[in-house]
Amino acid sequence: LFASLSIERLIVRLKDETEPGGANPMRYALLICHDETKVVGTDPARTQAFAAFEDEMTARAVLVGGERLRPTTSATTVRVRDGDMVIADGPFAETKEQIAGFYMVDCEDLDGAIEIAAKIPAACYGSIEVRPVWEI
Amino acid sequence: MGDIADVQAAVAEAFRSEWGRVVAYLIRVTGQWDLAEECAQDAFTKALERWPRDGIPTSPAGWLKTTARNRAVDRIRREKAGDAKLREAAMSALGDEESRFDDNGIGDDRLRLMFTCCHPALPVEAQVALTLRTLAGLTTSEIARAFMVPTETMAKRLVRAKGKIRDAAVPYRVPPAHQLPNRLMAVLAVIYALFNEGYSASAGADLVRQNLCAEAIRLGRLLVELMPDEPEALGLLSMMMLHDARRPARVDAAGDLVTLEDQDRRLWDIAAIGEATAVLDDAVRLRRPGPYQLQAAIATCHAAAPTAADTDWAEIADLYRRLAEMVPSPVVALNRAVAVAMADGPEAGLLIVEKLEQSGVLADYHLLPATRADLLRRLGRNQQAEIAYRRALDLAPTDAERRYLAKRLAEV
Repeated sequence: LFASLSIERLIVRLKDETEPGGANPMRYALLICHDETKVVGTDPARTQAFAAFEDEMTARAVLVGGERLRPTTSATTVRVRDGDMVIADGPFAETKEQIAGFYMVDCEDLDGAIEIAAKIPAACYGSIEVRPVWEI
Repeated sequence: MGDIADVQAAVAEAFRSEWGRVVAYLIRVTGQWDLAEECAQDAFTKALERWPRDGIPTSPAGWLKTTARNRAVDRIRREKAGDAKLREAAMSALGDEESRFDDNGIGDDRLRLMFTCCHPALPVEAQVALTLRTLAGLTTSEIARAFMVPTETMAKRLVRAKGKIRDAAVPYRVPPAHQLPNRLMAVLAVIYALFNEGYSASAGADLVRQNLCAEAIRLGRLLVELMPDEPEALGLLSMMMLHDARRPARVDAAGDLVTLEDQDRRLWDIAAIGEATAVLDDAVRLRRPGPYQLQAAIATCHAAAPTAADTDWAEIADLYRRLAEMVPSPVVALNRAVAVAMADGPEAGLLIVEKLEQSGVLADYHLLPATRADLLRRLGRNQQAEIAYRRALDLAPTDAERRYLAKRLAEV
């Protein structure tokens, strides 16, 4: 279909969609990782910092979703191998830092996602893994 | 109709000056790195076919760009598979680019390309390789040879980097003002890394590897042309040119390193030193000092001295003091110790060396005991010097350095 259209007509049709900040933002998962032996329970200052971050990102209309997760002591890992289900206590990998929560954000590009990631309060004591969503 | 040799020379010249421009432009309009490289390659191949027959076009750059663009339009049209939306976007951009191609400075596609290649979300080796491939036009196998890795490894590195740029949407643009200082540092670091790689190449090394210095200087010039008001870009260019100007004197007939002090200064490239000094003057006039400018200034002090004895060590020591304030690195502190020892006597230098030893940060760095040994020798404390030389010998990483230290040890 598109091959039969002239370039000029495509320009007219697609101009809006190709403008920066237009209809095709990227989605990124910002995975919050921290050492859960060091960050335990709730802490009023931390809660407030996260609330401020979420307010700012909601106002900017970039926040699609996100949750804090309970520690890996409550995690269960499920694998199915050769048709058999294997259930194990604990996270999928034993590492120093564990995934503690995530945000889903809408951004123009990686720089936008990095800028938001750096503002997550946990970036100051843990790390944030920025992963683009595999759009289909 | 041109003489075939003239035409080939014209194509080679156009390749050096226009490759990066054509690739950078095609990446912007198609968003596809592989397509951009392939279509640029096709355009140069076509030039080799056509120019002998039709003559060299009045604007080789314009001819190459149009030919490459037409090839891209053709290929995108014929692409059956793939994302229709991507295709539309590419076609749209290919239609209305005319006015933007000849932009200079901040709007130049090559500058976008430079910043994207040197994006900190990419591994450093990939930043260097991508820059050489897309801006300098080196082939994957040339880059592999330059970095002494198998071609397959380098190809994978490039594929992975381009995949990340695409999938994670690394932006294709010059960063906004608030990010520019940091991102520019990353670009400068890549160019400098390239230069260092070439500088450390031995005389027998692959020619591509030896030419890395020239490539780095070319990229430095391009960056300065595109961002003429960035003093650190000027500083880096000046510093690279100064070091490069001394290259002929750096290795003796036996292939051994010759220290600055013992180099035959008649072998230095005077014209290059003159140009580099002028570039540094331009930088200094902008009144925003930085580490590259200071290092260039130190290199000019050496270059300006007709003999080693004429070196203005007081000035160099002061420049190192300023550099150490900006870059709190132990290696800079050690260099400062050497300069202070030359300016104010070995004892003053030894004080700085001892402070460094106490901090323990350079515990395994052979030049720390080597410097200590040298200063002790000059103070006539030969027994202590001997111990330090032996320690340096144990730590020295290359044969050339071990030979040098062994010679010194024999003298005490």
